[in-house]
Amino acid sequence: MFYRSLFPRDVFAELDRIQRGLQQGGGDLSPSIRGSARGGYPAMNVGSTARSVEIYAFAPGIDPTTLDVQLEKGVLTIAGERASVLPPKDAPATVHIDERFSGRFRRVVTLPDDVDPNAVEALYTDGVVHVSVQRKAASQPRRIHVQ
Amino acid sequence: MSDNATLRRPAQADTAPRATEALQPPVDVVEDSAGITLYADLPGVPKDRLHLHVEADTLTIEGEIALPAPEGLEPIHSEVGLARYRRVFTLSKELDAERVAAEFAQGVLTLRIPKVEHAQPRRIAVQVG
Repeated sequence: MFYRSLFPRDVFAELDRIQRGLQQGGGDLSPSIRGSARGGYPAMNVGSTARSVEIYAFAPGIDPTTLDVQLEKGVLTIAGERASVLPPKDAPATVHIDERFSGRFRRVVTLPDDVDPNAVEALYTDGVVHVSVQRKAASQPRRIHVQ
Repeated sequence: MSDNATLRRPAQADTAPRATEALQPPVDVVEDSAGITLYADLPGVPKDRLHLHVEADTLTIEGEIALPAPEGLEPIHSEVGLARYRRVFTLSKELDAERVAAEFAQGVLTLRIPKVEHAQPRRIAVQVG
């Protein structure tokens, strides 16, 4: 969310966020066709096993009924909306720090070709959307018996 | 209320082992006449792995991420690269650290820190001499 850098509130917080960005970068420098979504909301981790692809979207504080998870042609979309907790402008309250995301979000990930669109499970626990997509049976590793 | 996590990090980076490195959770802090409300995003932290400490005038928020992972999971892409959150705040003395109320639901921590009674606003009558 680099747009926030236009109005820095606190130089230390700003430097820290840049540092954090570098730390979390992890050296993954190959850009995707959908741009560098790093730093977008929700943050995502993707992992794979021989049988499935596991996607974790770190989206805390969302009403699960507003979450929209779709899988179409090997592209997974996670969308939803997060309400702001900040008081309205005319309220007698002061906002000292405003770092948390609010508003509508949408993130898209391309999945490997061999996933089975009919075997998807999504679970929302502790503020993380965990989507588990099975790989097609044909592409799962099989031990071949040697005669 | 000042945030001193940024000032502490350089010293920790030199001396502490990698295991104690932590992500800094984003927060919102709102103050009204009766106290301060802090919201922190700690996704992936179950309730029993969240630790809050108030010591003297220091508030520490710590949490460990525990995600369900099938056996043999290999990371392909990770944006959340550490399994721990930590953030430290310095409270000011008009806040009543004894009466902090905490709520933790779906990865969002809500802390309500009331002001001590005598620090709450009073209307001061202006006498006309």
